[in-house]
Amino acid sequence: MVNVDPPLLQMSGIVKQFPGARALDGVDLEIRAGEVHCLLGQNGAGKSTLIKVLAGAHQPDEGQILLDGRPVTIPHPVAGLRLGIATMYQELDVVDGLSVAENIYLGHELATAGFSQRRAATANTRALLRRLGHGDIAPHREVGRLSAAGKQIVSMARALSHDARVIVMDEPSAVLDAEEVDNLFRVVRELTASGVAVVYISHRLDEIRQIGDRITVLKDGRTVATGLPAAQTPTAELIRLMTGRTVEYAIPPRPPVREDAATVLQVDGLTLRGSFHDVSFDVRAGEVVGLAGLVGSGRTEILETVFGARHATAGTVRVGGRRLRPGSVSDAVRSGIGLCPEERKSQGLLLDEPVYRNITLSTFGRNARASFLDEGAERTVAREQIDALDVRPADPERRARTLSGGNQQKVLLARWLVHGCRVLLLDEPTRGVDVGARAEIYALVADLAAQGAAVVVVSSEIPEVLGLADRVLVVSEGRVVHEGPASGIDEHRVLDLVMEGSAA
Amino acid sequence: MTDIPAAVPADESARIEKASRSTTTTRKGFLHGATGRNLGLVIALVALCIFGVITAGERFASIDNVLTILRLASVIGVLSIGMTFVITGGGIDLSVGSVVGLSSVWASTLATQTMAQDTHWIVMVGCALAVGLGAGLVNGVLIAYGRVVAFIATLAMLVSARGLAEIIANRQTQIVKVQGFLDFFRDDVIGIPMLVWIFVVVAVAGWILLNRTTFGRRTIAVGGNPEAARLAGIKVKRHTMYLYALSGLAAGIGGVMMLGRTTAGSSTNGQLYELDAIAAVVVGGTLLIGGRGTIVGTVLGVLIFSTLTNVFTQNNLSISAQAVAKGVIIVVAVLLQQRIAERSRAGT
Repeated sequence: MVNVDPPLLQMSGIVKQFPGARALDGVDLEIRAGEVHCLLGQNGAGKSTLIKVLAGAHQPDEGQILLDGRPVTIPHPVAGLRLGIATMYQELDVVDGLSVAENIYLGHELATAGFSQRRAATANTRALLRRLGHGDIAPHREVGRLSAAGKQIVSMARALSHDARVIVMDEPSAVLDAEEVDNLFRVVRELTASGVAVVYISHRLDEIRQIGDRITVLKDGRTVATGLPAAQTPTAELIRLMTGRTVEYAIPPRPPVREDAATVLQVDGLTLRGSFHDVSFDVRAGEVVGLAGLVGSGRTEILETVFGARHATAGTVRVGGRRLRPGSVSDAVRSGIGLCPEERKSQGLLLDEPVYRNITLSTFGRNARASFLDEGAERTVAREQIDALDVRPADPERRARTLSGGNQQKVLLARWLVHGCRVLLLDEPTRGVDVGARAEIYALVADLAAQGAAVVVVSSEIPEVLGLADRVLVVSEGRVVHEGPASGIDEHRVLDLVMEGSAA
Repeated sequence: MTDIPAAVPADESARIEKASRSTTTTRKGFLHGATGRNLGLVIALVALCIFGVITAGERFASIDNVLTILRLASVIGVLSIGMTFVITGGGIDLSVGSVVGLSSVWASTLATQTMAQDTHWIVMVGCALAVGLGAGLVNGVLIAYGRVVAFIATLAMLVSARGLAEIIANRQTQIVKVQGFLDFFRDDVIGIPMLVWIFVVVAVAGWILLNRTTFGRRTIAVGGNPEAARLAGIKVKRHTMYLYALSGLAAGIGGVMMLGRTTAGSSTNGQLYELDAIAAVVVGGTLLIGGRGTIVGTVLGVLIFSTLTNVFTQNNLSISAQAVAKGVIIVVAVLLQQRIAERSRAGT
């Protein structure tokens, strides 16, 4: 006999249509009380839309939501909270300037006739924090002074203050280090033991195995598998379900770097206090070097320091033998280095400007005569790149905001191609990029290297780094713990090295 | 989300892209483009003029009165052009009114006037421009390199420039006695006062600078996304400094114009002009958060406010009523802009 109790929460046939895209196309999800239900799927599979529907931030166009077997509608986020569904968003939605207690009771302050009951709020907050195993956080503490992990605890306490029965956690581990993740898991286990259901979203399969009970996989807005046992389902099977392919990383093979290739980029003893220490590596023309490591290991900081966007505390960067001025992006750019930053939207693009101006952002001065712009020439140059990189839609006048992640990435690559870069630094080049465009970007990186560019790639996805790079540097806790050919190492070994590095 | 057009065969994409380009203007509607925004302002200006003609008739519609409006607009107009650059670059300059006062006082001290008498009246102009530029550079260095918030740095300049002007002038009005200077600013060229010509020249130069030069492109980039601009190799700090220097220079020009118009240097010259300039820029359609600026819009904004003042004066309405009307116009214009911005964002 199977479980006769109705599931705590059941979503069936959920459809959500956005202008120009069907974000959810029939999603089924069934959550039992006291379980950790993992939601897996690539970027763009519909995970965020689904949790927004659940939170009441989006209204589904079709489908049904049952809570305790009774159909419910969640017309707005407050309704979601009243039903006991709380969401912890990825970018923690706490107010830095308020205290812990004020944050927890934000929107449902304890008050009599408009006067806040500070003492009751403080007492309740203390109880909630103790329940989460964090009695050490003082209720009157300003949230802005807490670490990311502390903020997350506050966010979780807020969910509990609503008597949440379902807590949705959107990539909660993304901002945490290993120890904090352990603590998060402990809290999650305690929550589920008391009957709360947790919907857990993460890209890290190892975490899902550790904490998850069952898995639902989304792909292209549909549920492709549900109720998979988290501990037993093989990784290969999960990847196949998410991508619809057995091999996730379609990286084109490249010929080895030529023996006589000149060294283009030389990084020597580069140090940024509080971030990374004594990093040295060379990159030759036509070579791709990968930096593998976890978020927070210092890999992004290394790229940004090489580029001059951060001022190195010690060490040198040379391009073609010439030493760059530390902390000067314009010197780096002039010497032929280009950086495609991790946060495309906030660090890379002028979102409301046309694509062609984004492509020529580093070079518009070159086309200008006596400081007067030549927009005709800019458009021509941009159009060539749009055609070469197959940016879609192929419209130089379109605003950058309206392009998909993959095409925005191509626009950034185009910017440095126009500039004629000898060294390209790519930080998470395929983050937020769908599978098809991923393959195109891999091919582009291979092309660039074939044309003699020196490329440095940082990615959280270790197979991507290993597949793209000729040589790999494993970074852990701000130190290079391993350097060697990419062919001589596999994902497990990289992870081992990372773990050893952080243990040391 | 998903890349919809990626499903379109390559040979077809060219055709679609051509079609989409030709529809961009029509689909968004004429009120959504830059020309559309300006058209709205033109309509508002025309409506004001019609109202003026109906209520004040000949008194409003005479050439003399139109020239009065333009003369009234010219000083604020020049300040607003400088302000457009600062705001487009993501900043704000509260000090321009005070710098007008300071530069007009400095350029009309006994010492400066004596020197001008001995050499050429252009010395006074040079002095005012140098003072304006200097004040702007101080603002710029503090904001760009000292990392002082623009609001505070220029507020400090507002207060201290006014104080310095009072010290220099000893709270007295300094009458300009340099005949060459007075003659130049009293002159008309083809029937149009010199002050108005200066405004026209500054506006045209500003338009070219913002829309046709690398300086303008950098301004938009720095205001639109300073981090992206920096990572693209643009020297954001240096450019920010230039923007405040430019605004200071415009204030220096404004100081000269005040001297020409009132024939006297006074520490009270240009009081509260910064607010009129900011209002004109914002009503004109320049985004207060930076990244988008329009000189034509600014000019129209300035004209709307000075015409409004004139219409009210012609009808013997109080200055207080004017102030209320100005406030309403600012709010309505900004509300409309937000709607348009939201719709164009959603529409694509």
